[in-house]
Amino acid sequence: MEQRGYYGRYGGAFIPEILVSTFDELVSAFEEAKSDPSFWQEYEEIMHTYSGRPTPITYAENLTRHFGGARIFIKREDLNHTGAHKANNVMGQGLLVKRMGKSRVIAETGAGQHGVATATMAAKYGLACTIYMGETDVLRQRPNVFWMERLGAKVVPVTDGSRILKDAINEAFRDWVSNMDNTHYVLGTACGPHPYPEMVSWFQSIIGREARKQILALAGKLPTRVYACVGGGSNALGIFNGFMNDPVELVGAEAAGKGLHSGKHASRIASGDGSPGVAQGYKTYFLQNNDGQMKETHSVAAGLDYVGVSPILASLGESGRVRFTGATDKEVIDALRLTMKTEGLIPALESAHAFAQAFKEAPGLSGDDIILINQSGRGDKDIFTVADAFDDPHWKTFIRKKAEAYHA
Amino acid sequence: MLEKYLKKRLKEKPILLMTHIVVGYPSFEASMDLVKEMVKAGVDLMELQIPFSEPIADGPVILRANQTALERGATVEKCLEFAAKAAGEFQIPFLIMTYYNILYRYGVNSFVSRMADTGLKGAIIADLPPEEGSEYLNTMRAHDLSSVPIFSPTTTSERMAYLNGFAHGFIYCVARKGVTGAQTAFSESLDDYLKRCRSASSLPLAVGFGVSCKSDVDYLSGKADIAVIGTQTLRIMEKDGVEAVGKFVSELRP
Repeated sequence: MEQRGYYGRYGGAFIPEILVSTFDELVSAFEEAKSDPSFWQEYEEIMHTYSGRPTPITYAENLTRHFGGARIFIKREDLNHTGAHKANNVMGQGLLVKRMGKSRVIAETGAGQHGVATATMAAKYGLACTIYMGETDVLRQRPNVFWMERLGAKVVPVTDGSRILKDAINEAFRDWVSNMDNTHYVLGTACGPHPYPEMVSWFQSIIGREARKQILALAGKLPTRVYACVGGGSNALGIFNGFMNDPVELVGAEAAGKGLHSGKHASRIASGDGSPGVAQGYKTYFLQNNDGQMKETHSVAAGLDYVGVSPILASLGESGRVRFTGATDKEVIDALRLTMKTEGLIPALESAHAFAQAFKEAPGLSGDDIILINQSGRGDKDIFTVADAFDDPHWKTFIRKKAEAYHA
Repeated sequence: MLEKYLKKRLKEKPILLMTHIVVGYPSFEASMDLVKEMVKAGVDLMELQIPFSEPIADGPVILRANQTALERGATVEKCLEFAAKAAGEFQIPFLIMTYYNILYRYGVNSFVSRMADTGLKGAIIADLPPEEGSEYLNTMRAHDLSSVPIFSPTTTSERMAYLNGFAHGFIYCVARKGVTGAQTAFSESLDDYLKRCRSASSLPLAVGFGVSCKSDVDYLSGKADIAVIGTQTLRIMEKDGVEAVGKFVSELRP
């Protein structure tokens, strides 16, 4: 193991000795795949025939008119099979698993999208699959738990720690140190020890590669700004990668929860509350106390409710290449409501953070400007949370009746 | 320094015992009582674990002890004060066991200086391979403290030699795959593994992860130099209290 995977001061591989040889194996499998042009071809082919790529860019004419500023375009990662950008990373790692000859995969999941995508890949490739999910997230994302189990995965609710995404990651590592011989850990975001940040953003870069070509064809020019929500950061890095060397402003929207200064959020960078630390195998900005103990985070979106952030984004934030902002729970629900009514699109609560931030800034731009929003996933999975946020009386009646029917 | 002490003790006993506590669990008072009981029962050295919120190498028993200690107000400062007190009061070597973020946030230099100033003898950092730890390793060496590397059954002989190059005091050999406290029988492959460890290092070998009874300790006698009892003493304390731990430890060796 060499010292690798640094982005400025962030990244690295802070792993227990027992995993060093497993990581060496993974790094060489990844390096081999990267330098083999047929691997990316095979990857594009499977994403085309199985996941419906390329996903389109939609011109949001009504939202554009509503705000009267920049022209708004939306990259439709929600149209991937399983409904989110997560499929890009999972299918890519699935191909690597086949190359490494392993027979079992494990994964953490927050919102459940990564878990569903992993369970889907495991079903397709005939792999055993265990998904770790914080107990809190199991409760708020029940529909995804149902699908994971139907797809043949074992879902293990994690009852230690704060019972959300970070705790699911810890549990997945604990499984891995016992079962690394036959098991690959399909980490769902561009975090964790090297090579995960690089590997996950490499697979996700398919978003940005497509988007750049598509927007040039559609609008004849590059966007002024690109917006993406940032939990771990994989969808953001995916779309940003397409515009890294262009004069395009890249904007990451973190979960501001009840407000960036409320202490109840999951904003590691924009809030100023985060600080550099080392946990879960890598160095980045964490929400932690002075002793280095991780804090509880809050977001209406389970997939953004995470204490750390991709080391690649930490570095891009520090250099100023990516601007970080936050959208509050309330702004997100409002943005979701508006997007549904005006465009007939249902972004995931996570993705709605990018919409909310874009909506704040669109009116200040001119009609010559283009903004591109990454709709990282679709919102159907959030039906319980969104129904609660809208306080929908018909939904409540339905649930009561359904419960009565189960009692009968 | 530590190496010398261990080799001297090894002339008197067939195998040494290292025990482990999570500082502040279930309380700081109980932690000190545990140290007292363990020392009285004849342990040769001790690991004091400073709790961390994300202990990825630890199994459920130690994980929950970490969490509970933090919930009950364990801070790094209180843990270091505790360690200083233990090192001042009892005549065996004490080492810090923790995760790297604890040192990183405190400041690696300040943390190591403080360990040296308060009479601690070394440290085991579960998530710090030497590739990431040059500041830590240099500072430890400058203060003549033992930085204890970890070998595992998946570590190649070549890498063992590399790790041994950074080792001071002794080598911590993880007996099996998995997390702390896992229960499986020792196997013949353990013998081969320990032989590989032995040929990679001239330092004493400590074996941990799943050592839980007298027969485990007997099995290790002659093959390793230090038996590490971690999770099992926590289980006994939780079930039967601090005094039962003393009795358990004193009966581990003939």
